[in-house]
Amino acid sequence: MDRVVWVAMTGAKHLMHRQEVLANNLANAATTGFRADLESMRAVPTTGPAGATRTYAVESTPASDFTPGAIQRTGSGLDAAIDGPGFFVVTGLDGNEAYTRAGSFARGPEGNLVTHSGLPVIGDGGPITIPENAAVEIGKDGTVSVASPDTPGKPQALGRLKLVNPDTKDLAKGADGLFRTRSGDPAASDEAVKVVGGAVEASNVNVVDTLVGMISLAREYEMQMKLLQETDQNDRQASTKLLGA
Amino acid sequence: MIRSLWISKTGLDAQQTQLDVISNNLANVSTNGFKRSRAVFEDLLYQTIRQPGAASSQQSTLPAGLQVGTGVKPVATARLFTQGNLQQTGNSFDLAVSGQGFFQVQMPDGTTGYTRDGSFHVDANGNLVTSNGYPLTPAITIPATAQSVTIAADGTVSVVNAGSATPANVGSIQLVTFMNPAGLQALGQNTYLETAASGTANGGTPGTNGRGTLQQGYVETSNVNVVEELVSMIQTQRAYEINSKAIQTSDQMLQKLNQI
Repeated sequence: MDRVVWVAMTGAKHLMHRQEVLANNLANAATTGFRADLESMRAVPTTGPAGATRTYAVESTPASDFTPGAIQRTGSGLDAAIDGPGFFVVTGLDGNEAYTRAGSFARGPEGNLVTHSGLPVIGDGGPITIPENAAVEIGKDGTVSVASPDTPGKPQALGRLKLVNPDTKDLAKGADGLFRTRSGDPAASDEAVKVVGGAVEASNVNVVDTLVGMISLAREYEMQMKLLQETDQNDRQASTKLLGA
Repeated sequence: MIRSLWISKTGLDAQQTQLDVISNNLANVSTNGFKRSRAVFEDLLYQTIRQPGAASSQQSTLPAGLQVGTGVKPVATARLFTQGNLQQTGNSFDLAVSGQGFFQVQMPDGTTGYTRDGSFHVDANGNLVTSNGYPLTPAITIPATAQSVTIAADGTVSVVNAGSATPANVGSIQLVTFMNPAGLQALGQNTYLETAASGTANGGTPGTNGRGTLQQGYVETSNVNVVEELVSMIQTQRAYEINSKAIQTSDQMLQKLNQI
């Protein structure tokens, strides 16, 4: 059989992977703090005794898109968005630090600050515990303060959210959607990260780009299908002419 | 089958949930003591199809892997316990909580329910009950001879009986607070139940320890902001459309495949 079939098949298969990546980005177009996955095709030449006769195209997701999303006001004191670069720090299920841009937090049963999936949010001095009945406010530098019932009118600082700003090249998205450093070492906290309280950051998926990407990949996919059809016809003609069948 | 169909399906599901939450908020725009909810989403697990750093030959490794997310899921419907407007009704059994706290009511099965809806009524035995007939705990009984009822900001209920000039104290209303009110389980009928996530109920006199105070003759209206809900509705509709577009594209790809 003609080897072009395998080249076209690999192209089509990896375009389907691209469709999966784009569909996932679109599915998360309304997920707080979501960072879109970037995708790129890589050329993989075949090597071996026959020489470099063919090059396959293989899809990869080299990194995430770290451009900031729009900041949306929610009015909830437990929400915070990062303005500019930086990340909130949570403890992942593996017990290690993980980084996220999703600053929609909640109160755990013991009053500790957690994400909506229940992961503890890390402050500069460890987890942050919020007293009962307190109105929480998150300041520009990530300071969590409460207007305690005992001292009305005088908000008390409970601690400061740990904010980090590692080089995004060193960050990889884990299977749980949280970012971790590639080396596994925790990132140092950064005083310069700016926080907006009472707001969350929207997903940074660019819907227009993604939809255009999807149209373009659908056409490329058709092209691969066309190649498969052509190869099939060539083979058919060859067998008719050579074998007279 | 092609994974993107299912990924887009999770997107459609999530937007549907979002619209359900918005519709419920809008439906309760004039429900006393109603607290609006917000759907919170998270990305689902990522599948690694090609591991970055795996060997591509004896001398080289892959610079970038292929990681495909599997979509989105609604992770919580977070209830926002912000203060609703206080609306004057003039009815002496209408109470609004200004600040934190819930009224305690006894549910028909004997458990304690919690509500922010303070439009109370007097039943046949003189007990203060909610609009659903659930009695307030601790019970407050208004004597049949009462001519006027006054409920103070700290919950003290006093009545002036016929033929008497001095008001008589008939009990006091308590408010309970929770460590995490967002963890309460909504039962409907404006009632919530305590859960492991909310923490235990902490009762006391209104106005103490950060509890709110009572306003007689007012009800607390819903905290739904109609403008915000309508904007979210537009956003939800568009997000639904783009996910259905992704399904359509995946479908067309499969169609082309079948035409070979």
